[in-house]
Amino acid sequence: MIATTGKAIATRGSFGEALCEIANDFPNLVVMDADLGKSTKTVKFMNAHPERHIQVGIQEGNMVTMAAGLATMGKIPFIASFGCFLIGRFEQIRLSVGYADANVKLVGTHVGIGIGADGYSQMALEDIGMMRTLPNVPIIQPGDHREAKQAVAWAAAHKGPVYLRLTRQDMPQFHGDDYQFQMGKADCLKKGADVALLATGGLLEPTMAAAVLLAEQGIDVELTNIHTIKPMDDAYIADVSRRIGRIVTLEDHSVCGGLGGAVAESLAEHEPCRMLRIGVHTYGESGEPEDLYEKHGFTGPAIAEKVRTWLKG
Amino acid sequence: MVASEMAVLKEQIRNYRIDIIKMLHRAGSGHPGGSLSAIDIIATLYHHEMKHDPKRPEWPDRDVFVMSKGHGVPAQYAVMAGMGYFPKDELATLRQINSRLQGHPSVGFLPGIEASTGSLGMGLSFAAGVALAAKMDGKANRVYCIMGDGETQEGQVWEAALAAPKFKLDNLVGIVDYNKGQIDGPTSEVMDLEPIADKWKAFNWHTIVIDGHDLDAIHGALQEARNTKGKPTMIVAHTVKGKGVSFMEGVIDWHGAAPNDAQTEQALAELEGAQS
Repeated sequence: MIATTGKAIATRGSFGEALCEIANDFPNLVVMDADLGKSTKTVKFMNAHPERHIQVGIQEGNMVTMAAGLATMGKIPFIASFGCFLIGRFEQIRLSVGYADANVKLVGTHVGIGIGADGYSQMALEDIGMMRTLPNVPIIQPGDHREAKQAVAWAAAHKGPVYLRLTRQDMPQFHGDDYQFQMGKADCLKKGADVALLATGGLLEPTMAAAVLLAEQGIDVELTNIHTIKPMDDAYIADVSRRIGRIVTLEDHSVCGGLGGAVAESLAEHEPCRMLRIGVHTYGESGEPEDLYEKHGFTGPAIAEKVRTWLKG
Repeated sequence: MVASEMAVLKEQIRNYRIDIIKMLHRAGSGHPGGSLSAIDIIATLYHHEMKHDPKRPEWPDRDVFVMSKGHGVPAQYAVMAGMGYFPKDELATLRQINSRLQGHPSVGFLPGIEASTGSLGMGLSFAAGVALAAKMDGKANRVYCIMGDGETQEGQVWEAALAAPKFKLDNLVGIVDYNKGQIDGPTSEVMDLEPIADKWKAFNWHTIVIDGHDLDAIHGALQEARNTKGKPTMIVAHTVKGKGVSFMEGVIDWHGAAPNDAQTEQALAELEGAQS
């Protein structure tokens, strides 16, 4: 149903590439790492621009507040770590970055149960919920390589804090060469009439598979990539509510406070309708990513079945 | 500092102490103990050490002051008003709704406030970031960060303590306002810091121990920091909580309580009577 092109690429890899590509356009851009540059893929930038790379060691809290100091002097720091370790320093983020409106770009990789074997301690599952409480910080979870690279460039040009949420796992490329990322706008991939599936990040691929299965069962699915979780595209959500009246959110994040929470809040205030939140209901655990997605119901067949049953209810 | 400059500075600081008492009395809340213990250091920095221009608070070549012990910000506000960053009348709005003088330092409210602080332990990291940015650009900005003693119980302080020497931030000066008291009691009992100077030395900071109310010593330590190359400097300043008001000196309960009318009258009488 949704065509994919080229090879699947993890959005952390897209981030690493994008940094190198925009380095000359943003001479004040600097990159900070807390001993995870090889994992967050900033290592390319580290090698290409060592004088603009700041290695702080395993000190995420210090990294966040140092970045605010660097931003005060005109630098544009991109600071990267696993999403849970970075957003886990929420106390530093809220005061040094959010409240101060510091021009710091927070980049959390390895989000969700999709990271697999490392288990819960390395899985960001609550980060969106925390970050959504800060009034001035856009939250962007790009869905594929092209979108991720454009989101990185957008973040560099945007004056103020941004949170980019990136995957460890490879993501199929579903945007064409002419794709234009628009911050804050829902990216509708297919219009439909019976149910709207609003997916973000790691859940996009299984949701696309579910959409195919549902179509085979005669259910006309609207499929939308929600890359910007804050600010939520309220106009689109209200439009879907009016047109279709049934919304399912899908995310590799806790069902509390993430995309599901954001959409529910938007609906409740603007145009209520039935909705179903698909996401993580427990703490994470170790296992192969595919096995974890299976266990948590994040496969095409499991999603299709859940949606089909819910539509009947 | 020559004797005549010293006399002028002493008189300015006496007036700042008066401003602090008046502000906190009017606000009805706040932190006199740590404001009065830090005022000699802050005033010396602003009047005799830092390169800054109250008319151009965002001047790119300025030196940067970070009030990491954010609860002591009345002392900073008093000095900033005294130097013309904002009208002195505005001191009366401290902690009130719609005031630029937030209860703890807040970026974006008052030009000249560089770092949002008040959640303790963050200022030294911020200062290290500023110092590193200056180094990366080959600029001469210097950065001064004043911390509370209890504040250095926070783990993040020791993250910054590791990081600043790594980046050879000799443009960074930290100052511990070692007044020995915190909300729940003496620092020695709540969570002892000793041997405090040895800790900073061990983290590879040039470490200077002074009397934080001796203006010559403060000035001398800042000069020594300026002449120290290749590593940051930490000044451990022994101070007295509530310094300058007899009934507040060394009394921990004055950490976070505003004086009532009678106490204010007495404090002002003492400070006004101390005119030299």
